[in-house]
Amino acid sequence: MPPCKRLALSADLTIYQATAHKQQMLAALAETDLLELDLAQVAEIDSAGLQLLLMIKRESDRQGKRLSIVAHSPEVRQTIDFCHLATYFGDPVMITAQEQA
Amino acid sequence: MDELSSVFIQEARELLEAMETGLLQLEQHPEQQDNINAIFRAAHTIKGGAGVISCHFIEGFMHKVENVLDRLRNSEILVSPDLSGLLLQCCDHLAALMDLLEAGQPGPDDERRRQGEGLQQQLLVYCAATAPAATDVVATEETDLQASGGGVVLTDSWHISVRFGLDVLRGGMDPLAFIRYLGSLGEIIALETLADAMPPASEMDPESCYLGFEVRLQTRASKADIERVFDFCHDDCELRILPPNSKLSEYIQLIRALPEDELRLGEILVRCGALTQTELEQGLLAQQQGRAPESAGAEPLAAPIGSILVEHKVVSKDLVEAAVSRQSQISEKKSVESRLIRVQADKLDQLIDLVGELVIAGASANLLAKRSAQSALLESTSVLSRLVENIRDSALQLRMVQIGETFQRFNRVVRDASRDLGKEIELVINGADTELDKSVVEKIGDPLMHLLRNCMDHGIEPGEVRLARGKPRRGRVELNAFHDSGSIVIQVRDDGGGLPREKIRSKALDKGLIQPGQALSDQEIIDLIWEPGFSTADQVSNLSGRGVGMDVVRRNIQELRGNCEVSSVEGGGTLFSIRLPLTLAIIDGFLVTVGRSSYVIPLDMVIECIELKQDSAERDVLNLRGEVLPFVRLRELFACSGAPQARENVVVVQYAGRKAGIVVDHLLGEFQTVIKPLSRIFRHLRGIGGSTILGSGEVALILDVQALVQRNARNAERSLNALASA
Repeated sequence: MPPCKRLALSADLTIYQATAHKQQMLAALAETDLLELDLAQVAEIDSAGLQLLLMIKRESDRQGKRLSIVAHSPEVRQTIDFCHLATYFGDPVMITAQEQA
Repeated sequence: MDELSSVFIQEARELLEAMETGLLQLEQHPEQQDNINAIFRAAHTIKGGAGVISCHFIEGFMHKVENVLDRLRNSEILVSPDLSGLLLQCCDHLAALMDLLEAGQPGPDDERRRQGEGLQQQLLVYCAATAPAATDVVATEETDLQASGGGVVLTDSWHISVRFGLDVLRGGMDPLAFIRYLGSLGEIIALETLADAMPPASEMDPESCYLGFEVRLQTRASKADIERVFDFCHDDCELRILPPNSKLSEYIQLIRALPEDELRLGEILVRCGALTQTELEQGLLAQQQGRAPESAGAEPLAAPIGSILVEHKVVSKDLVEAAVSRQSQISEKKSVESRLIRVQADKLDQLIDLVGELVIAGASANLLAKRSAQSALLESTSVLSRLVENIRDSALQLRMVQIGETFQRFNRVVRDASRDLGKEIELVINGADTELDKSVVEKIGDPLMHLLRNCMDHGIEPGEVRLARGKPRRGRVELNAFHDSGSIVIQVRDDGGGLPREKIRSKALDKGLIQPGQALSDQEIIDLIWEPGFSTADQVSNLSGRGVGMDVVRRNIQELRGNCEVSSVEGGGTLFSIRLPLTLAIIDGFLVTVGRSSYVIPLDMVIECIELKQDSAERDVLNLRGEVLPFVRLRELFACSGAPQARENVVVVQYAGRKAGIVVDHLLGEFQTVIKPLSRIFRHLRGIGGSTILGSGEVALILDVQALVQRNARNAERSLNALASA
């Protein structure tokens, strides 16, 4: 099992792609201990997308794995901040990204 | 009309269009569940929107439509042509209602009301079968106020706690959007997101909604105003609102009422600042003691809360930085919500006008710089003109829209017409993403509609005739759009019977359009259909055949500086080609002079420039690498004064596949041209398309290449005929 895998989501994180994304994320998580999500290309995120991020985070915690979001598009960051979930995801990368921004 | 209503109307129209497209697709592919869901979402959103602006006649009507769609979605009823037809009628009715709303009328007039009631009666057939199923969402219970117990919690903000129902997302709503909208009522002081209701990953349905929010909102709005934010989904979410300075006991009651774990909720309330930790501990303790006098549970309870809070403090220390930077971002959030902005069309026009002036001014600066021969000045003006060119292109780009939207409308037209005519006709659309100027798109709809109806009515034969002729039973009409050398070509093609030449000829004789014995080529006969009042249909249908069409079509298209052509194979079909300029405002031109006047030829049409050899000076054709190229002499055509130059040049232009030469004195090169229309007096002038202003302030005329090429072709044809008859 590779120690670290990076999954870059290119499409929008919305209800329309939710089913596909869920499978994609879970499949990626199954392959690794440390899943890195690259959301830099996600131009749109809605409640369904946010839920998916919560789901994968929780699932990785449950399996004793680590999930980190290594890159946020501005939309993702704003949504996560708006929902006050930055602390929940707790990605150190996230804070760095904000400082850079 | 207030802003909210106009936004609603605009959005509802778009949704309505989507609904209509969806319904048409539904007829072809009844099994597509995605499509049904999309239709339902659109209907639901319209209903919700109508509720928000308190437009009850639309809300009520859509409610009935939605009921039927809901049953369709749950596969309780099946798609049938009758049902989809009925739903399409409902769309029409809704569009009519929306017009009423836009006109500011309080409600539908009698006729519309009767029509609406009739539709609702028909809809009832589809939803009468079973009683409405009980919704799976628990009704919001009013929190009873407890008069005693606990002090007042010192806070000046509302506390809103909302749990969204499972089906909210499927209903086409985005919970986050509501919460964001809440922010427009006042200031969101704190917000916590809860996803505790979400099942484990394997059972989680990505299209269900498991989210809940605890929000502290500082606002002057009333409770009703806050509730109204959630109107869209009020029967699909649990909403609890505590006013500022509520009793501690009310918060405790809230904690008890919500589905999540009490301790977790307590923690969340503390975290979003609704309660202080002491208040919470006191409250829970008091509640516990009050409820269970044996008080055995009181001691153990206090400890967990305490430990949670300690844990919470530890967490927050690490994340101070994240919190600080967050504050500034909340305020920015509202502005980035949508990536599209709506701009008034006249503002855009104004911008384009200004860019036009900029282009002219830039050209004049360029000219002066060239005269001054200062290299630094020349360099800076050349940079400037490059930028101006970029601005021009992107300004024009702003006005470009895809033609697909216009095409989509015709799906419905074809469907309805094929039903009325009793013919099976399918519409095939190609090149829907081809872009052209918005003002052109708006004006091309009607002529296209006319051509399309003509094709269906006269072109496509009835099914039996088609079978007898060895064609598939189902007729086919194509709409194509593509770009071709600076213009856009839109084609309407059918595989019907073609244009009957003999019939056209005899009809034209009847009408006195041609003389008996006049020799006409096939193409000339076909072109007779453009004459005013011409129709070969034996009977007038409500679709076409009144003969008021084709000349109007032609005129409309010519007003857009375009032209239209028809070609037809008898028994094999007809093809209408409409050729339109991409834009109406600014073009790249090629500047030439004859004598002392300047002329502009649209650069897209210029192929090459060659020198006119002396030996061909007497004739009107030249040999271009073995090809016969007819040409016109502008000097003769426009009767310019002065003797011809010793060395003349030929600009070779191409339009609609035909080549021609234009003989001029000098070639001055590329020139950005802002088209200024000629005044109405010059409307009948052939060969001139408009005017423009040069950098020097002089006026140059823009050549209408199309007219010149056609004139040339006609001349060539005539001389051929003369040769043949001689």
